[in-house]
Amino acid sequence: MEAVIEAEGLGKDYTVAEGPLPRRRRRRVSAVRDVSFRVAPGEVVGYLGPNGAGKSTTLKMLIGILAPSAGRVRVAGLEPVRARTRLARRIGVVFGQRTTLWWDLPLRDSLALTRHLYRVPRADHARRLAELTEVLELGPFLATPVRQLSLGQRMRGDLAAALLHAPEVLVLDEPTIGLDVVSKTAIREFLLRLNAERGTTILLTTHDLGDVQRLCRRVMVIDGGRLAFDGGLAGLHAVAPSPRTLVVDLAAPAAPIAVAGARTVRVEGPRQWLELNGNPARVIAQVAADHEVADITLREPDIEEVVHRIYAGR
Amino acid sequence: MSAVATYVRLAWAWTRALAQYPASLAMLTAAQAVATVGELAALVFLFGHAGRLGGFGLHEALLVYGLAGLAFTLADLLMGSVERLGEHIRTGAFDVMLVRPVPALLQVAVEEFSPRRLGKVVPCAAALGWALAALPAEWTPLRAAAVPVLVASGTVICCSVWVIGACLQFVALDAREAANAVTYGGQAMAQYPLAVYGRDVARAATYVVPLAFVSWQPALYLLERPDPLGMPEWLRFAPPAVAALLALVAAAVWRAGLRRYRSTGS
Ligand SMILES: Nc1ncnc2c1ncn2[C@@H]1O[C@H](COP(=O)(O)OP(=O)(O)O)[C@@H](O)[C@H]1O
Ligand SMILES: [Mg+2]
Repeated sequence: MEAVIEAEGLGKDYTVAEGPLPRRRRRRVSAVRDVSFRVAPGEVVGYLGPNGAGKSTTLKMLIGILAPSAGRVRVAGLEPVRARTRLARRIGVVFGQRTTLWWDLPLRDSLALTRHLYRVPRADHARRLAELTEVLELGPFLATPVRQLSLGQRMRGDLAAALLHAPEVLVLDEPTIGLDVVSKTAIREFLLRLNAERGTTILLTTHDLGDVQRLCRRVMVIDGGRLAFDGGLAGLHAVAPSPRTLVVDLAAPAAPIAVAGARTVRVEGPRQWLELNGNPARVIAQVAADHEVADITLREPDIEEVVHRIYAGR
Repeated sequence: MSAVATYVRLAWAWTRALAQYPASLAMLTAAQAVATVGELAALVFLFGHAGRLGGFGLHEALLVYGLAGLAFTLADLLMGSVERLGEHIRTGAFDVMLVRPVPALLQVAVEEFSPRRLGKVVPCAAALGWALAALPAEWTPLRAAAVPVLVASGTVICCSVWVIGACLQFVALDAREAANAVTYGGQAMAQYPLAVYGRDVARAATYVVPLAFVSWQPALYLLERPDPLGMPEWLRFAPPAVAALLALVAAAVWRAGLRRYRSTGS
């Protein structure tokens, strides 16, 4: 099938100036090196990697903000930097860390402005806005100025703004960063539905393995600017088995907990870390039966760990 | 045309947001008007005492002030916000503008559009009207038609200088102060007859940062006066051409800036 996103040998160098002015030195930093991939229409792809790996830089080249230093990229058949404004009509972009909405305007007005900027016919706009308002539950805060919205509300508003022109491709840079669990879940479910019902291609970067597990059949892992893995989520687990961790707070310091289905990897006073390899419910029940427990939390592995394991496994 | 419609649409949205605080908007507008009227009063006072400066009387000086002031304040109203480019780059807001299907320069220019800047436009327009009413030369249809053309040319020149200055911020995010020295400094200078400053300054204002075509040369044309600094006579017919040329240069510089734009980390 024809790819909607195509990157070949993609690279980006930044020159950074360092030191005080008279003796300022210039250094080249390779943020992205020789990255190649293709995304087919309708795919949901997670683009993962630790901080500074080059995720945002790659996305900026895909959406036409940055010119690549090497290689070639095409999105929806267009060369992003050259056809930036034309491409903008066909893709939706959401930055988790900044908003595309107008800070001082009520959400409703921001969305209305978007209609004009993207020249969406009035009837189409009204229909999509009604749909998005319902699915994203925007109703209660449509009249609220954007600066007064909570992060979760703002992110839902941003998603609506990015989708009002019905783009074929949706690119999201850390869409769930800083959100509470409820908002995260709402956004994940919305993206799944969007992909299932409209066939919208979705490429998202994230730090959150929960996002990946819920959303992505395919993941790409980038580290130090290079693509370290590209394949199914199952394959990622195979090359980088990343157990979840149980953090147990005991009533008092004790010897390392011994329990079937988990291995104690760290002890710090009354707090112990158990690496899970069996059924979490059974392990939790057993620990609670054997010890006096103040608190137990289940921690998902983070991306740093997964990437670390990919390298360790090589 | 659709760019103009988009500009108006965005400007209107900003205006409506500001209109939620009508008292504040009215006060800011009044403050701008008072500041400009103060400047005008200083000019009238100066010429009232000295009579003539550099061979120019009050009404002639008012003409220069009105032409410069109107062009600068219109440019400020329409494009003054471009000087905040570096801030938008730093905060990542510029990235957001780049993914909308509308020219980024237009978005930067209209960002935080405020009608309070009209508070400066109106007194300048009044000063120009007063000076034109007292114009000694005879009104011909050509001369009458020239006034709006000269004001428009001046506005385009100011906008272009502003854009070129803002593009420095693509290279150094903190270049705003340096650019402001030229834009605001140039404005203060162009409000007085160039003859006051002498030949070197006049040359620089003609051939380097061509602000002489905003007020000085148009005034010489409207007053039908020979150039007291002895610069070529044909220069006074050049403002529209200078404006067109400078706009092209500004557009090229903007595109070059965009090409070397490198966004911001995070
Ligand atoms: N505008 C920039 N100028 C200079 N260096 C940058 C810039 N943007 C990113 N970098 C550097 O490039 C590398 C990759 O950054 P980025 O793509 O933002 O990573 P990620 O999104 O994966 O956290 C980092 O080392 C970062 O410091
Ligand atoms: Mg990033």
